[in-house]
Amino acid sequence: MSAISSAVGQPARALALKDADWVRLALIGISLATIGLFLVLPLATVLINAFSKGWTAYSTSLHHPDALAAMRLTLLTAAITVPLTTVFGVSAAWAIARFEFRGKSLLITLIDLPFSVSPVIAGLIYVLIFGSQGWLGPLLAEHNIKIIFAVPGIVLATLFVTFPFVARELIPLMQEIGHEEEEAALSLGASGWQTFFKITLPNIKWGLLYGVLLCNARAMGEFGAVSVVSGHIRGLTNTLPLHVEVSYNEYDFVGAFASASILAGLAIVTLIFKTLLEWKQNEERKKAKE
Amino acid sequence: MSITLQNISKQFGDFKALDNINLDIPEGELVALLGPSGCGKTTLLRIIAGLEQADQGEVYLKGDNVTQQPVKNRQIGFVFQHYALFRHMTVFDNIAFGLRVKSHRDRPSEAIIRKKVHDLLNLVQLDWLHDRFPDQLSGGQRQRIALARALAVEPSVLLLDEPFGALDASVRKDLRLWLRHLHHELNVTSIFVTHDQEEAMEVSSQIVVLNHGKIEQKGTPSEIYDHPASDFVSRFIGQTNVFKLDEEEHFWLKQSGVIVDESQGIVAHVRPHNIGIEKPVDQAKAPVYLKDWQHLGGTIRLELNRDGANGSGATIYAEMPNEQFRELALQKGDRVALRIKHAHWFN
Repeated sequence: MSAISSAVGQPARALALKDADWVRLALIGISLATIGLFLVLPLATVLINAFSKGWTAYSTSLHHPDALAAMRLTLLTAAITVPLTTVFGVSAAWAIARFEFRGKSLLITLIDLPFSVSPVIAGLIYVLIFGSQGWLGPLLAEHNIKIIFAVPGIVLATLFVTFPFVARELIPLMQEIGHEEEEAALSLGASGWQTFFKITLPNIKWGLLYGVLLCNARAMGEFGAVSVVSGHIRGLTNTLPLHVEVSYNEYDFVGAFASASILAGLAIVTLIFKTLLEWKQNEERKKAKE
Repeated sequence: MSITLQNISKQFGDFKALDNINLDIPEGELVALLGPSGCGKTTLLRIIAGLEQADQGEVYLKGDNVTQQPVKNRQIGFVFQHYALFRHMTVFDNIAFGLRVKSHRDRPSEAIIRKKVHDLLNLVQLDWLHDRFPDQLSGGQRQRIALARALAVEPSVLLLDEPFGALDASVRKDLRLWLRHLHHELNVTSIFVTHDQEEAMEVSSQIVVLNHGKIEQKGTPSEIYDHPASDFVSRFIGQTNVFKLDEEEHFWLKQSGVIVDESQGIVAHVRPHNIGIEKPVDQAKAPVYLKDWQHLGGTIRLELNRDGANGSGATIYAEMPNEQFRELALQKGDRVALRIKHAHWFN
C-alpha cells in the first residue's frame, strides 16, 4: 500500500513543481501590482501634490506657523511617550520573562489590549474620564487642569496606543535569552543595576531599539485616538497627522500634502532602520544559536 | 570554607524539592551532589549560592548565617550548566567582569586586572583565546572559561552545576581529571552537581547521594560503593544484581555460597564483580547458563540466565578479569555454578 501511494506521490509532486511556474509568476505579479497600486502610487501622489506648485510653495507651507506648531507638538508627544513606553516595556517584559506570579497571563493579554481596541475608542475613553462631562471633569475644572483638548490628553491617548510596542518585542526575546547570564553576573558580585546595564541591556539592545522605533513611528503617526481628544485647535493641539486633515479640509492641498510628505519621509526612514535592525537581530540570534 | 546546611526545605507548588536537608561540608573538600534528575540536587546548590531561597532552614558559610544574604554578598563562584558566558563580551572581559564590577574602593587597577585575568587564563590553559567571543569556543573551552571567570573573584566556595553535562564523552573524561587536579592545586571548597555516578566517584572526595529531596547517604566514594546505606544507593551507584528472598531464590542463593540469614534483610544486592563463576561438578545441577558476554576493556561482563529457554527469569550480571574468563574457556549456553562472595542486605 505504501509502495503504491509513494509511486503515485512522485509524479504528483513533480507536477506540482511544474505548476509552480505560472503560479509563481501570478503570485509575484499580484503582489507587485497591489503594492504598486496601493502603496507606491499613493506615496508618489503625495510627493507630486506636495510639489505641484513648486519648491517655494512647498517650503512656505511647511514654514507656516501652524505647520511648525504641529511638528513641534508631534515631536513633543513622541519625546514624552517613547521614553515612558520604553520604561514600561522593559519593566513589563522583565516581570513577565523573569517572575512567576498570579495574573501573569492576564497581564500579557492586557498589554495586547491597545492592539485590539480601535484607537477612536481609546480616545473616547479619555474623553469620558477627563472630559468636562466625564468622571473627573468637574474635579479637574475646579483645579483648572486641562487634559482633554490639550497637550496632556494627546500624550495620554498616544501612550495608550503605543504602549504594547516595546513590551511585545522584548517579552519573547527575554524569554529566549533566559536568566542564566544575569545570575552569573550576580554571583560575580554585580549589583542589580550593574547586571541590567552591563548584561541585560546589551543582550536586548537590538530588540529594544526595534520596539522603540516602531513605537516612535506610531506615536508620530497616530491619528484616531489623538483626533478624538485633541479638539483640532490650530497651532495648539494639532499634531502633524491632524494638521494634514485640517489643511486638506480647508482646500490647502499643497499644505496638506507637504505635511503628509514629512510623515511619509518618516515612514521611509523608519522602514530603513527597521530593516537594518531586523538584519542585526537575526545576526545576533544566529550567533546565540551556535 | 566550611558549609553547613540546617533543615533546608523547599517546595515548588505541590512538589517537595528538598525535605529537611542537614549537611556539613568541611573546608577544602570536593563534594559531589549525586542523584537522579528531579532529586533536588540543583535546587540545593542554588540555595547554597543564594540564587534560590529555601522555604525554611539556614545556610552557614564559614560559620556565618548567610540565609538572608543575596548571592553577591556570599563570596561564591558559580559555574552554570550551560556556562552562561556573557555573549557580548570577549573571553578576557568575561573573566574580568567580577573584578570590574567591584565598588571603587575594592576595584583593582586595570593593570592588576589584566595580570590576574592572564594568570587565570594560563591556569585553565587557554590564554591564546583571550580576545575571542564565547560563540567562537568549543564546549570544553567555554566550560574552562566559565570556571576561570568564577575563580577571578577568589570565591571561598566553588559551586558547579552539572559541569560536564553538556560535553561529549572524551572531553568530559579529560575535564574531570583536570578539575580534580585543579582542586588539589587551589584547595577551594567545591560542590558539584551530577547525575553520573561514575563522574562523582572519579572526581570527588565526598559524595552526597540525594533522592526525592532527601539525603540517602554521605561518604567517601569507597564508603558509598562498598557500604551502601540503602537499597536506592546500592542500585544507583554502579551495577548491582537484586535478589528477593522468596522460596526459590533462597534455595539457590544458599547453593551459591551465600549465608542466607533472615535477620540481615529480605533483599540481597550483589555487585557483578562479587559473583564468581566456576565450572560445575555436575552439569545438570548447575543453576545458570551463560547467555552472552561483553568486553568492557579490562574486564568481561557475563550475562547469566537461569532455567532453560532463552531469557526466562531475570538476567544476572557477573564481571571478571579477561584472563580468568579465558582460562574458564566457556561457550555460550554452558551451564556454570555461581559463587557469591559478598552481598548487601536491605529490607
